[in-house]
This record gives sequence, C-alpha cells and structure tokens, in this order.
Amino acid sequence: MDLTIVWESLPRLLGGAVLTLEITFLSLLAGFCLAVPVAVARLSHRRILWMPAYGYMLYFRGTPLLVQLFLVYYGSGQFQPFLDQAGVWFLFREAYFCAVLTLTLNTAAYTAEILRGAIVAVPRGEIEAARSLGMSGLLLYRRIIFPKAFRLALPAYTNEAIFLLQATSLVSIITLLDLTGVARIIVARSFEPYKLYITVALIYLAITYLVAFVARRAERRLSAHLRERPVQSIAGAAGR
Amino acid sequence: MTLDLHGYGWMLWRGLGLTILVGLGAMGLAVTFGLIGAWGKLSRYRVARWLADTYTTVIRGVPELILILLVYYGVPTLIQDLAASAGRDLRVDLNPFVAGIATIGLIYGAFATEVFRGAFQAVPRGQIEAARAFGMGRVLMLRRVVLPQMWRFALPGLGNVWMVLIKATALISVIQLEELMRSADIAARATRLPFTFFFAASLFYLGITIASMLIQRRIESWSYRGAPRGQS
Repeated sequence: MDLTIVWESLPRLLGGAVLTLEITFLSLLAGFCLAVPVAVARLSHRRILWMPAYGYMLYFRGTPLLVQLFLVYYGSGQFQPFLDQAGVWFLFREAYFCAVLTLTLNTAAYTAEILRGAIVAVPRGEIEAARSLGMSGLLLYRRIIFPKAFRLALPAYTNEAIFLLQATSLVSIITLLDLTGVARIIVARSFEPYKLYITVALIYLAITYLVAFVARRAERRLSAHLRERPVQSIAGAAGR
Repeated sequence: MTLDLHGYGWMLWRGLGLTILVGLGAMGLAVTFGLIGAWGKLSRYRVARWLADTYTTVIRGVPELILILLVYYGVPTLIQDLAASAGRDLRVDLNPFVAGIATIGLIYGAFATEVFRGAFQAVPRGQIEAARAFGMGRVLMLRRVVLPQMWRFALPGLGNVWMVLIKATALISVIQLEELMRSADIAARATRLPFTFFFAASLFYLGITIASMLIQRRIESWSYRGAPRGQS
C-alpha cells in the first residue's frame, strides 16, 4: 500500500494535535474552576443556590455537545447587536473562543456532578470532627472536604478528561484546524479517507493512553499514604 | 416566552422521529455487540479475549467523529481500492442511515461490553454452582439462571449507555442524515435564526433525556419484582 500521503501530512497532523491538546487543557482548567462552585451550590440547602446549579447541570449533561457548540458559535449571531453593544462580539466571532467557551461549560457540568458525588462521599465523621473543632464554611471546605473529595474524584475525573480530549474533535465542525480538522481538509484534497483517518485514530489512541498512564501514576502518588506498607518489611520482621 | 419556529416545527418533529429511530437501531446493535464482547472477554479462549480487549480499547480511545468519518467515507473507498487492485471497477456508496446506525452501534457496543461483563460477574457464584449441581448444561444455565439475573444488574448501566448514545446520534448530521440536528441546521440557515432553532433542538434532546430517566426508573423497579427485598 502506498503510504506517502500519510508521511507527507504527518507534520501538519501533529500541528493539529497541538491545537487539540491546547483546547483540551484550557477547557479542562477553566471547567474545573467553574465546577467547584457549581458543585458546592448544587449541594446547598438554599433553593436560590441549588436550583440554578441543578438546571445548568441538567441542560449541559442532557443535550449533545454539538448542539451546544452550534448554539454558541452560530446562535450568538442572532444577538449580534446586543453583543456588539456589550463589547464582546469580537470574541464570539472567533471559532476558537466559542469552542473553548462551550467545552468549558460542558465539562464543568460533568465535573460538577463528579465533585458532587465525591463531596457526598467524604466520611461524615471527618466533617463532624472538624465542626467540633470549630471549623465551618470555607475553612471546613478548604482543609477537610476538598482535599478528601478531590482525591476521591480523581479516577472519575481522569475519565472526564479523556472524554473531553475526544470531544474536542467536534471543534473541527466549526472550522477549527485541530487534529480532526486538519485530517478532514487533507482528505477533501487528496481523497484518501481511510489512510488518514486511521492515522488520526492511532494518534488519538496514543494520546489517550498516554494521558491515562500519567493519570494513573498521579493517582498512585496521591494515595501513597493509604496503601499498605511494602510486604517486604513485614516479612523481614517475621524472620527475626 | 414561546419559540416561534416560523412553520419549521414539523421538520424538527420529523428529525426527532429519525433521531429516535437511529437511536433505537443503534441501541439494539450495541446490545448485540455488547453481549458478544462480554462473552469474548470472559471466554476461555485467548484469541476471543484478545479480540474483545482490542475492540473496547480502540473504541474508547478514538473520538466518535473520527469513527463515523472512517466508516462513512473510509470503508467505501477501501473496498473500491481493494477491488481496483484486483482489477475490478466497483462503486460503493453507503446509505447514511445504515452507516450511522452501524457506527453508533459499534461504538456503544464497546461500552455495553463492559456493562454486561460487570453484570455477569455480579451473578452470585453459588447460583451457577447450584445450576451445575442440578445437571444443567451451559445453554440451559445461561437461559434459566444467568441471563434473567444478569439483566437486572445490567439495566442501570444500559440506561446510561442509551442516554449517551442518543446524544451521540447528533454527530450523524455531519454525514448529511436529516435527523434532529441536521433539520435544525437547515431550518436555521433558511430563517437566519440559528439560536432559535438550535435551542429548540436542544430542548428536544433534553426532553428525550428526561423521558429516558423516568422510564429507566420505572423499568428498574419493575425488574426487581419478585426479587427478595434488601437484595440488590
């Protein structure tokens, strides 16, 4: 089989992969910052806090990402005069901004759900102990609940990061030249779809399992204090 | 506030019908692939295990959009190229409806594989041993003891697969199938009201999600009829 087209396009594909990683990283970072307050609001007993958080999470988890992407990128055009007046139209004109904004809102909703579960799973005893020491509010969250909840959330959050990485391929539909976008352009010119799409699939596969590998290492490090001590020392003690 | 759809409402409803049709077809295929995949993963044969592992690993590591493009544009050209190298001139065109169902079913079959594997392993070992002690063969045991209980454990997972799957059908709009997303796109271009139509489409999807959640709850409580209380 003639694979010259694959070798020739490899540099451009890798350039697209850089954009894919960039968008993933930006959205993940912004999404996490947004997800923390949303998760806390979702668990509040005050209706004015939990109801908007619930509605937001339901909408962004209950509709396809593609619709959300079109809603922001094409839909914003319907409000052009208003957005122009607010001075933000130049942002919504950019596919890059719309992509990162939508992916941020989308991943934040999923992350908030993961964090909600993790916060609920923090043992009650630890919270009660902290309360009995007089901690409350932000201090309780900062010192006791968040450190524990983040660690509990990590495996599910890794999955979310991998889903987001793959979801970024949709930005190619709104004209961005990420890994998928570059491949689609080359296919449109060369008409060699399966060679290029299989190459791209392999690149995504490699990135995905690299991310999964790094995340597993991080999980091991963060839970080092929870693991049993090495068996070796126990065997040594028994031998004595 | 009501959404004025400028007479394009019927188009969205027709798109919704097609979306649900594609979703149901793909779900049926996903369940089939899932059962085969789970059988492979739990098989005694190393080749079957290896094939099933490769299937789930590859599918979960590649974006759905790439797989859809690969099946819709890649497979016909691959067949044509193979035919050409065999000295035959062949033209293959895939129907977007069939290609969409096949790809979405293939993708979510990988997720269903994990669901069924977990469900199979959740059936208490003692039940299988008891069935063996009664002299049941493999097929009879599967039909009378394993499958009826497995479904109960698999239902929550399958419900999740369905809800992700129905949202993924929106991607088939890129291969020009006139489902809900594509209909909204056409209407949005014709009326120059993109926000109105994409928002309306999103509400349709939200409706499907909420209805699915409610139905899932009913089915789950129904599946536990006759099960001893306190047993999960």
